[in-house]
Amino acid sequence: MIPSSFEYVAPTSVEDALAALAEAGDEGKVLAGGQSLLPVLRMRLNAPEKVIDLGRVEGLRGIREDGDTIVIGAMTTHDEVANSELVKEHAALLAKATAEVADPQIRHRGTLGGAIVHADPAGDLGAPVLALDAEMVIAGPGGERTVAAKDFFTDLFETAVGDGELLTAIRIPKHTGWGAHYEKFVRVAHQWSIVGVAATVKADGGTISEAKIGLTNMGSTPLRAASVEAALAGKSASDVADACSSAADGTNPPSDLNGDADYRRHLATVLTSRAVAAAAAG
Amino acid sequence: MTAVDERPAESAEIGKARRRKEDQRLITGRTKWTDNIVLPGMLHLAMVRSPFAHAKVTSIDTEAAKGATNVVAVYTAADFPDGMGACANAWPITPEQVTPDHLPMVTEHVACAGEIVAVVVARSAAAARDAAELVDVDYEELPAVLDAKEALKDEVLAHPDKGTNKSAFWRLDSAEAGTGGSVDEAIAKAREDGIVIEREYRQQRLVPAFMEPRSTVVDPTGEQVTMWTSTQVPHILRFLIAATTGMPESKIRVIAPDVGGGFGGKLQTTPEEFITLAVARKLGKPAKYTETRSESLLSAHHGRDQYQMLTLAATKDGTVTGLKVDLLANLGAYVAIVGGGVPVLGAWMFHAIYKFPAYQFNCQTVLTNTTWVDAYRGAGRPEATFAIERLMDELAAEVGVDPLEIREKNWIKHEEFPFVSVSGMTYDSGNYEAATARAKELFGYDELRAEQKQRRQSGDPVQLGIGVSTFTEMCGLAPSRVLGQLSYGAGGWESAAIRMLPTGKVEVITGTSPHGQGHETAWSQIVADRLGVPFDDVEVLHGDTAIAYKGLDTYGSRSLVVGGEAVVRAADKVIEKAKPFAAHLLEASVDDLEFKDGRYAVKGTDKGVGITEVALATFASHNYPDHLEPGIDADATYDPVDFSFPHGTHLCAMEVDTETGASTIRKYVCVDDIGQVINPLIVEGQVHGGLVQGIAQALWEEAVYDDNGTLVTGSFVDYTLPTTADTINFVTDNTTSLATTNTLGTKGVGEAGTIASTPAVVNAIVDAVRDRGIHDIQMPCTPARVWAALQSAGSAEVAQAQPHFHEEAANNADPGTTGEGSGS
Repeated sequence: MIPSSFEYVAPTSVEDALAALAEAGDEGKVLAGGQSLLPVLRMRLNAPEKVIDLGRVEGLRGIREDGDTIVIGAMTTHDEVANSELVKEHAALLAKATAEVADPQIRHRGTLGGAIVHADPAGDLGAPVLALDAEMVIAGPGGERTVAAKDFFTDLFETAVGDGELLTAIRIPKHTGWGAHYEKFVRVAHQWSIVGVAATVKADGGTISEAKIGLTNMGSTPLRAASVEAALAGKSASDVADACSSAADGTNPPSDLNGDADYRRHLATVLTSRAVAAAAAG
Repeated sequence: MTAVDERPAESAEIGKARRRKEDQRLITGRTKWTDNIVLPGMLHLAMVRSPFAHAKVTSIDTEAAKGATNVVAVYTAADFPDGMGACANAWPITPEQVTPDHLPMVTEHVACAGEIVAVVVARSAAAARDAAELVDVDYEELPAVLDAKEALKDEVLAHPDKGTNKSAFWRLDSAEAGTGGSVDEAIAKAREDGIVIEREYRQQRLVPAFMEPRSTVVDPTGEQVTMWTSTQVPHILRFLIAATTGMPESKIRVIAPDVGGGFGGKLQTTPEEFITLAVARKLGKPAKYTETRSESLLSAHHGRDQYQMLTLAATKDGTVTGLKVDLLANLGAYVAIVGGGVPVLGAWMFHAIYKFPAYQFNCQTVLTNTTWVDAYRGAGRPEATFAIERLMDELAAEVGVDPLEIREKNWIKHEEFPFVSVSGMTYDSGNYEAATARAKELFGYDELRAEQKQRRQSGDPVQLGIGVSTFTEMCGLAPSRVLGQLSYGAGGWESAAIRMLPTGKVEVITGTSPHGQGHETAWSQIVADRLGVPFDDVEVLHGDTAIAYKGLDTYGSRSLVVGGEAVVRAADKVIEKAKPFAAHLLEASVDDLEFKDGRYAVKGTDKGVGITEVALATFASHNYPDHLEPGIDADATYDPVDFSFPHGTHLCAMEVDTETGASTIRKYVCVDDIGQVINPLIVEGQVHGGLVQGIAQALWEEAVYDDNGTLVTGSFVDYTLPTTADTINFVTDNTTSLATTNTLGTKGVGEAGTIASTPAVVNAIVDAVRDRGIHDIQMPCTPARVWAALQSAGSAEVAQAQPHFHEEAANNADPGTTGEGSGS
């Protein structure tokens, strides 16, 4: 299908992008990797007057270390994140979850920042970013600000990125040595997650000292399974099922063709148990 | 393996795993897909479609669209007072069938979502699409009927003017036909001292989802109108354009250029084709319409959508004594080209490979406010095969024996071929014992049964199930006289011609219309062997009614067994025709010549002449016998003497995660008997693709409407097609019983994998959890459905092993009171 016509601009710096965004006002839409926006445009679910393509803003790409933090440019592709040695070493959960996004073609076009700002609750990257206590760097007309992941996802397809602002980077505190696993449940491989569980644990000699768990598609935003995290502290890594039984507490999952809310709540407990066990195993 | 026919002596090309000569252009896309065609001054169409399933159009305002940039015209049905043709039903299954008129564009009554109410014509596809959004249509929404069982009640009518949703009732009864006993007696007796299995199975609605969206280009300039279109049936389309528009058939040329898949989904004559033709003729300019994927999922015909009520009678030891089938088929909003006939094809297939002494098949078709339903890979036979293969597993469970044992007890034995089935079909050849023995060996049947037992005993959360499907099918459509008896609107013959070019090259013209099957390669192999010419010297031409002027196209696994036989016969005519020329050139008697490896040799001498040399000599025509016309080209039309009956044994192992309900394929083995194989690589491709398509019905695919008749699965986000990432490596093999109804001994293979695999998968899933009292899971067997079945296991509803149909169940009523007439 053919989108409605729109004006296209491709700035080469964050400043120019912000200026273009300011000029477009409500009629502007930011294009990152295009894996969600282009289908939306092609199916005419949205018809912005101006599309601002960030593909030529070099400063938004790349992965680097900054002290105790890994900094990932918003326009870094999924493939780059999944295969980055830095990410694999210090934020293994994100690398593993990213490797599960869609299919190879999409992972070579789609970007971490784009996926996160799109904020589809069935997307795979909100949960690991939330679990890893990441910080989102947002640039706007008034300069730069940082928002914690827990405050970033505000509702279905809604984030803290305001009008005229851009997500420029994701800062992830190093979780070096933490075990990690992303348990994705789908019917066919390229599908959006029915439920996903992102788990990363710190274990010493078979005992879990700290666990962080994010849930995909269990509500209108990515969620933390806080009660499970608390219950796991001090538990043996070989016996986590009981501690994970509260994984669905406080969630509000959708019902659709893939299953109703009750089924998703059940899945969340089973998958959390599996994700934690796998994370503890490495 | 015993009693398997010897393959014919090794020949040069037939049986060779050649890579397909057409693949480079098809895979790279550097070819003439319809949407690649661009003509000077060509205009572009966009359709305005009804969002409502059932509605009355009260007004259409096209003014804003007409005024948009680069828009040439906006038309509604009112702009074509003489009409624009019609989508025909070519197979009224009874004389009384209720068949609503299906015009390309809605005049007032919308019968399903996606029906076209207006068309925008513009200088670019983008401009047409933009302007389509400016067409303002007012609708008065009407209540919609969507489900076949609801339709049967006739409370909400899909077409109020018809007064009923019931389209036709068709019956085949073995006692009435004299091909078997009375099924009611068999069931009554089994209720007293035998086993009666009663089940209702649901064949969910599927979308063919071919890779290339449909596209049509029409050039009305000049004397003839030329239509390029993404179709399986260029010849049938040309005939029906002439028949429904009044255009002389001789003024219409239809070309199916390279076509990217069909699976039955492109054997329709479509509203979009008629509209593109009408617009191009009205404006006198070339016009193109290419659908979007969303339009394709919504408006190209769907498949399946049946309820199957089944009663199987057997003795206590598991010998089947009768089968009664009550089928309820949802036709959608219109009776498509063979829409009414597709479920009826099951009539000859529900008894499958078995010797059932009594049989009755009842089929009620109904109209609803949903997308029209027609052939989808297998067309009527997958549904039948699913039902009987599921039932045989149920019977085995009831008797308490292995599912293969119950099949062997009931199937036709090798030495009993040819065998006349209880529906009156003659199966020419087959060897179910050999295929099953080979499949068991490749599968490791006994080892997997042992593992299943072990997992069950240890309480493994991941249980193992083994599913069996011993299928046969009837394909190679079809003997023309049989079609005539069934009131089908055409014959079933196929045509071929061979041109011997002076340079030694050979052109083969086929009336079949490949859309991914590899006819160019397979036909080349056949002709290379037959005429003794190099494979690469054979060119296969197809899909253009001006070149392949005679044909009945490609569907129903007919191309090789019917069209291939026509090629064989045309080649044999060339050989006979060239012989007197060869004798003349060799100054020998015709009786002294023998033809071998492309050469006529004088017996007992080293004198001879090649057939391509004869071709050159007849081209020059300087020296030939007085009584002959110069030329050795020939054509042949072959009307099959019977259907083709491939069969096979498919074994599937499924792992069912009882904690999540997820089912994954552990192992899949199939051994198909498709007679003589022309190209094993093509067969392998057909079988692999077919398997995935059948497995997809079992596990993944379902077209779902909401209560208003809006297609919820309107994109590939929700219509979950599998990819390679979702399947495993299949183990495939063949046993061979040559067909006796054609020269090469071939049987059809295009649909075999799809027909066989669906019940194998579901049987395996049910087998994995049967010990918990579960005897059915509705397709697609999604994790949520499997998990729900596991949760309710042990409850009264599930534990009831032999549910009886409710007396008041509509489709279980006396068919004579629900029908419009009776078939056969």
